[in-house]
Amino acid sequence: MTELLALMLAAVVAGTPLLYAALGELITERSGILNLGVEGMMVIGAIAGFAAVYATGNLWLGVLAAGLSGGVLALAFGFLAISLRVNHVAAGLALTIFGISLGAYVGKPLVGQSLNITDAQLSGGLTSIPLVGPLFSAVHPLVWISWLLFAGLWYFTSRTRAGLVLRAVGESTASADAIGYPVMRIQYLATGFGGVMAGIAGVFISVVYTSIWTEGIIAGRGWIAVALVIFATWRPGRCLVGAYLFGGMTIAELLGQVMGLGVPTELLSATPYLATVIVLVLISRKDSTMRLSVPASLGKSLDIKG
Amino acid sequence: MQFRFEARPTPSRKVFWLSPLVAIALSCLVAMAIFALSGLAPVASLITFITEPVSTMYGFGELLIKAAPLILIAVGLAIGFRANVWNIGAEGQIIMGVIFSGGLALAYGDSDSWLVLPGMVLLGLLGGSVWASIPALLRIHFRANEILTSLMLNYVAHFALIFLVHGIWRDPAGFNFPQSKPLGEAALFPVLIEGTRANLSILFAPLAVLLAWLLLKRSFLGFQLQARGVSQSAAQYAGFRADRAILVGMLCGGAAAGVAGVAEVAGPLGQIYPSVTPGYGYAAIIVAFLGQLHPVGILFAGLLMALLYLSGDAAQMILGLPPSIAGVIQATLLFFLLSTEVLVNYRLRRSRDLSSGGSIA
Repeated sequence: MTELLALMLAAVVAGTPLLYAALGELITERSGILNLGVEGMMVIGAIAGFAAVYATGNLWLGVLAAGLSGGVLALAFGFLAISLRVNHVAAGLALTIFGISLGAYVGKPLVGQSLNITDAQLSGGLTSIPLVGPLFSAVHPLVWISWLLFAGLWYFTSRTRAGLVLRAVGESTASADAIGYPVMRIQYLATGFGGVMAGIAGVFISVVYTSIWTEGIIAGRGWIAVALVIFATWRPGRCLVGAYLFGGMTIAELLGQVMGLGVPTELLSATPYLATVIVLVLISRKDSTMRLSVPASLGKSLDIKG
Repeated sequence: MQFRFEARPTPSRKVFWLSPLVAIALSCLVAMAIFALSGLAPVASLITFITEPVSTMYGFGELLIKAAPLILIAVGLAIGFRANVWNIGAEGQIIMGVIFSGGLALAYGDSDSWLVLPGMVLLGLLGGSVWASIPALLRIHFRANEILTSLMLNYVAHFALIFLVHGIWRDPAGFNFPQSKPLGEAALFPVLIEGTRANLSILFAPLAVLLAWLLLKRSFLGFQLQARGVSQSAAQYAGFRADRAILVGMLCGGAAAGVAGVAEVAGPLGQIYPSVTPGYGYAAIIVAFLGQLHPVGILFAGLLMALLYLSGDAAQMILGLPPSIAGVIQATLLFFLLSTEVLVNYRLRRSRDLSSGGSIA
């Protein structure tokens, strides 16, 4: 029983960065902006956060650095996609390529370095709080925060007026603009939020999950997060399920390697990527579901009025 | 003071071809800023950065060797991009080209048959195409997003190659390194320019440029593809088949990438390694955009991007900077290019009328 619980917890931890990134991208896409730069923002969040924790030993400064850098990159993307009406796919690819190269460049001196911090520091110093401390030593504070965020975003998108406006912008950018909503401001906010979340997803991987800096540390997780948003049909609830499902898959890979199943390790390593393809096929197969779910104005910028 | 965009009556051809040059100029400024931040003399370092790699004949050959696969792949991808088909899987398609042709190369490389090399090229072309057809078919039959599926398959191809070079392809005399035995003479492209590593395979690049130009400018299929790129609904209304555009768009990129993979192993590498491509599949995306998705534009863009790859190595040796600075500047270039694109269709006007919309403060 305890073993099963430990396995589930491991799946949750592995799924947490996917949850952060996917929830952020979900909000961005709900505003009609398709940001394919998640992978790049995660890389930058990962190195910025890792460097901050490496220098200060403070988890929260790392989270701050990661969130800020992810947000700044997202706003740069936003300037292209929202203000300059650049093709979202092209701008997002540019952001991903930029993030991966910049991460490799600035992270060069830290390659192979691991964090020399105590478990208490890694948990952001929360474990020493009386009464609630043990909660944080069992489950990392950033996992708790992801649950709070999840609940908040679920409530925001489905139960609040502001959430409704956000969805309206993504459904029909032109109509929302005609009604008089500040469409571009809303899209900038949603895009920026997505970037902050991707940054935090990155720092979770580099600091909490691996605690060591290597190039290619994100390994396509940003893209898997983008796929998760489609799998979730743009609903936070299914995002949570999907993230832990994929987290579980990563664990299965590690388990398979440890237990020495008769399967080549390379096949196990390829599993999450193959699974993403299969899941995308299964979810996209039903045309009606997709048509009803996808924000109708996704990827289309508001026309420039002359 | 406010600026606003004003639609041009027709897109400006002049700005269309000028914007890559502006992007290059702005990227040079960024490069100089990076040099200055690293405590180097900006102007002198930039000149070293750009000219050092091609200061010798050997260096010039290296430029051609790097530019050829970039041009080849970018031309293939551009055909898809023009039809709104987003093949991001060139990296995996290169690897599949290597995997398909590798078996033949290892088995018959030591024979003296002239058939080995053409056979490898054909198999590589087939491998890249097969791998690209997977996202195309998944898109056509299940509407699965081809950006994500093609990208995921990059990782799958990577692990497949690792599996092979760690297993049946591992060189028994290679001190247990994960790499194949060196390919035999028959499986290597002959050198084209004496004193360099530039081999016969670089000719695939101009050939691809020519074929793509004919397809896009002189064929009805090319017209149908581009119509879909301009307006999917208009293309559908005209009766142009979307599934064919998706398949052709993906296959062009896949075939080109597969051949580029063969050119890599049967050229400069001469051996099969787990990392057969230094990110050509992704860099080619930048090349395609920098060349404005036009075959001739891509030719120049490929040379520039290849120069930046070499400059990265020079930066490490002479300036003491990480070679990934090349990637940073390549990506910056793409950012600036996309930003200046808006001016093709719009002009920037100073406006005193603050109530007008579409302004960027």
